[in-house]
Amino acid sequence: MQTAVRTSLPETELASRANFAPHARIVREAQSSGLPLSIRGLHKSFGDNEVLRGIDLHIPAGQFVAIVGKSGCGKSTLLRLIAGLDKIDAGSISFGQDIQPKDIQPEDIRVMFQEPRLLPWARVLANVEVGLGRDRASGDAHARAEKALSEVGLADKRDQWPSVLSGGQKQRVALGRALVSRPRVLAFDEPLGALDALTRISMQRLLERVWRDQGFTAILVTHDVAEAVALADRVLVIEEGRIAHDVVIHAARPRQRGSAELAGLEGSILSHLLSADDRT
Amino acid sequence: MSAIDSVSLPRSFRLPRIDGLIQWIVPLAIIAIWQVASVTGFVPTRVLPAPSDVLLAGWKLLLSGELVRNIWVSFWRASIGFFIGGSIGFAFGLANGLSQLSAKLTDTTLQMVRNVPHLALIPLVILWFGIDESAKLFLVALGVFFPIYLNTLHGIRTVDPQLIEMGRIYGMTDGELFRRVIFPGALPSIFVGIRFALGIMWLTLIVAETIAASSGLGYMAMQAREFMLIDVVVLSILIYALLGKLADSASRVLERLTLSWHPAFQKN
Ligand SMILES: Nc1ncnc2c1ncn2[C@@H]1O[C@H](COP(=O)(O)OP(=O)(O)O)[C@@H](O)[C@H]1O
Ligand SMILES: [Mg+2]
Repeated sequence: MQTAVRTSLPETELASRANFAPHARIVREAQSSGLPLSIRGLHKSFGDNEVLRGIDLHIPAGQFVAIVGKSGCGKSTLLRLIAGLDKIDAGSISFGQDIQPKDIQPEDIRVMFQEPRLLPWARVLANVEVGLGRDRASGDAHARAEKALSEVGLADKRDQWPSVLSGGQKQRVALGRALVSRPRVLAFDEPLGALDALTRISMQRLLERVWRDQGFTAILVTHDVAEAVALADRVLVIEEGRIAHDVVIHAARPRQRGSAELAGLEGSILSHLLSADDRT
Repeated sequence: MSAIDSVSLPRSFRLPRIDGLIQWIVPLAIIAIWQVASVTGFVPTRVLPAPSDVLLAGWKLLLSGELVRNIWVSFWRASIGFFIGGSIGFAFGLANGLSQLSAKLTDTTLQMVRNVPHLALIPLVILWFGIDESAKLFLVALGVFFPIYLNTLHGIRTVDPQLIEMGRIYGMTDGELFRRVIFPGALPSIFVGIRFALGIMWLTLIVAETIAASSGLGYMAMQAREFMLIDVVVLSILIYALLGKLADSASRVLERLTLSWHPAFQKN
């Protein structure tokens, strides 16, 4: 499966892999739990509004992809289709050539939204346990939820009500809930959009860290191009319902925020977005 | 958390005590002024008996066993009527909140019936049931039904759809979704309905017992009026007030216990 994927998109795959320090690469290869993702000819309309007009995309297992585009261009729609929350009009989404749909558990694919969507009447730990899906009733549910909670640095908040947490802490609980089932694809819909600048940066570091630790395939929708180039192996720009640009970010990790290399990439992606804006 | 607790502990010890005193200042002052006004003859006892006389009347009725019997009868009517009307209202609220079909079938009808003031049915109810127990229970149940129905329905319909979607994404079954998301989300609104219904419950009972009963607090007050026992009349009114207050406090305690997650209940 991995080989098949690699030959189909050699340059991107190599680009993303080459950026890791040698030892990190070995670890990620060994436990790569991510699923590859293939999208062909994907169409989606709401009434007369044709939002996605043929998306073709291959994401190798474990890649971190960011999706940018102006507001209303269909980023959330694409993400919801990937997560199976809405119906596809035409085209297909598949997870790897050798993988049958029945081999994919609902727990393998998780989404995180801009709103934390925590149950206000459940304590933090119980909220994380929700993420276990059908394993909620199993004996080790508590232990697994506690582990996920410490991964997002909130072990000491386990018995709190969500209402006493800050916005950033709520989002970290939501991340813990998404991680607790060890998903193989994690889709983020502007998860940091509502946070202040400092909290955003620490959350970005946390996202990058858990992604590197766990090796899931990450798809991040964001309106913040700086965030996209700081985190992703690859940035996709959506315009008029299609992928208009596919930019590989070669910068080595850990990345230096505000470095000339990232700033240059950010500038060129922004100019893509702005020129699209001028044309319409 | 523990640090915050230890800082705020002395404060939360002092505050309730002062609060508890403050709320009793005005009622106590009113009773004191009332007593003074009666004793000095400023208010004739034929218009309003002194608090001490009311207390005395209460003591006599207590000794004869009449007071306890009447309070018990009224309390029993209130509880059973509330239970029947509340259960049916809750059931319809659930059904219509969860099922489009059920809502289409019954909601319009219920909304139409709601516009009939239930106390206007008293003559009809007397014709149906006489002054039997069932007449009072029917009226109380009918009065209680609507606030519970409307608020349960509203509570369920206004549960955050994003939370429901979250529950589905994380694989909750319909039962789990109801138990873990929809019902807790609707609970604050259901409590609003319960508090409303408790008020209506007492009001209905007072009216029904004054008009058509041979026992109960309302009946006791009407009897006393016939014999010009104004102290017993005032006593009955005060007991109604007390029972109303007790019911409200009980629902508040229940609310506090079940909604402890709610930000409104976390500021001690
Ligand atoms: N459920 C829906 N019903 C109708 N139109 C929708 C729905 N969801 C999204 N749209 C429309 O699809 C377009 C793309 O929306 P969305 O994917 O949310 O954009 P983005 O996330 O890129 O800002 C918008 O024009 C929006 O109005
Ligand atoms: Mg969006």
